[in-house]
Amino acid sequence: MTAVRVDELRVIRGGRVVLPELSCEVAAGRVTGLLGPSGSGKSTLIRSIVGVQRVAGGSVTVLGEPAGSRPLRSRVGYMAQAPSVYRDLTVRENLRFFARVLGTQADAVARAIADVSLEDHADQVVARLSGGQQARVSLAAALLGTPELLVLDEPTVGLDPVLRRDLWALFHGLAARGVTLLVSSHVMDEADRCDSLLLLREGRLLADATPAELRARTGAAELDDAFLALIEAEA
Amino acid sequence: MKTIAVAVRVLSQLRRDPRTLVLIIGVPCVLETLLKELFRGGPVFQHAGAPMLGLFPFVTMFLVTSITMLRERVTGTLERLMTMPLSKLELLAGYGLAFGVVAAVQATIVSVVAFGLLDLHVAGPRVVVVLLAVANAVLGSALGLFVSAFAQTEFQAVQFMPALVLPQFLLCGLFVARDSMATWLRWISDALPLTYAYDALARTAADTLDGRFAADVAVVCGCILLALALGAATLRRRTP
Repeated sequence: MTAVRVDELRVIRGGRVVLPELSCEVAAGRVTGLLGPSGSGKSTLIRSIVGVQRVAGGSVTVLGEPAGSRPLRSRVGYMAQAPSVYRDLTVRENLRFFARVLGTQADAVARAIADVSLEDHADQVVARLSGGQQARVSLAAALLGTPELLVLDEPTVGLDPVLRRDLWALFHGLAARGVTLLVSSHVMDEADRCDSLLLLREGRLLADATPAELRARTGAAELDDAFLALIEAEA
Repeated sequence: MKTIAVAVRVLSQLRRDPRTLVLIIGVPCVLETLLKELFRGGPVFQHAGAPMLGLFPFVTMFLVTSITMLRERVTGTLERLMTMPLSKLELLAGYGLAFGVVAAVQATIVSVVAFGLLDLHVAGPRVVVVLLAVANAVLGSALGLFVSAFAQTEFQAVQFMPALVLPQFLLCGLFVARDSMATWLRWISDALPLTYAYDALARTAADTLDGRFAADVAVVCGCILLALALGAATLRRRTP
């Protein structure tokens, strides 16, 4: 089952070709990691999948519908790279607002707060939280409304190891319930936590494989080295 | 329902910012008092007092809305909302509703000060002055929403105020009667929405609620719809 199908996607931002002609797929019900150095086009691909990126060509199909189309707006959860929440509202006020927009039940707010371990800060104004905490508020907003597809742009940046472990456990718990997750990261040590990987470099797909396949293919023990081996093989 | 959710959210944000609230309410009261003292409560104050009262909310809400919407664009919350099941109309109506409520509170308090404490007199019904003030506030909000699309920073957004609002103030007929303007200035004046907002207020003050008054109100309402439509056109689900 394919949750997301990207076909010859071409995106130009600010006169620069970010994605020349990208094709890839995201399998349903798994945690797919979107890995690549910063500037490789991860965020642009993610923005195209959630339908907020103006594209120059190609097509993106999400859960059987064109990306960004109306029926998808309550089926896809999106967390952008920068915390996109209201800084002058509390955590709970933010989530309550987004829950109303999504038309979800009131208990979804408490659950989302618990999912990102922000119970102790629920009534604090977002502006007074740390960067990592703000990112978690943004993640909690994406978790509201029980989406079928969760698209998360660097959700674990700047978090301590315990929190990161907890969030990855949460991601896999969601996948076990049938949710598809696409999670981007620029640190390769997160790659091992994914069921499968999309490696992106300069807007091109370098590999689409599981971590084990990647090791087998390159003969490298560390995924960082595997990534390097792939780049060198291309050159 | 979602419109109300947006309005409640915008109002909660304002509530978190008591200094801005004090400025929104306090500044027009102080300026109205200043106007009275400056002209010793004489004919100039009686002539300009009511129109000023009715036009303040236009300026305030223009500024507040353009900055709020700019923040929404810059911080990515607008992008998030665009991925959610929320129509542009619901979003814009939510903004209009929230700032309409703020304007009603502002205009009511300034009216109490002007009519009660400052002995401002209008021949027409005072409630019409307040209602026109609310309409002008929504017009200011709608225009602010639209111009926020053309500002990248808050500095730029603030500069739109003197650029777009001050000329309308100068040409609306408050400072110089439109009859005595050079023809080409009157033509410009004819094309500006604040001219009709001012005329409606002046007619209320003189208690001439005639057909021309109705036409003024219709033009103001038409401008609100036009500005909202333009504002909606600047809200893009997909951005470069």
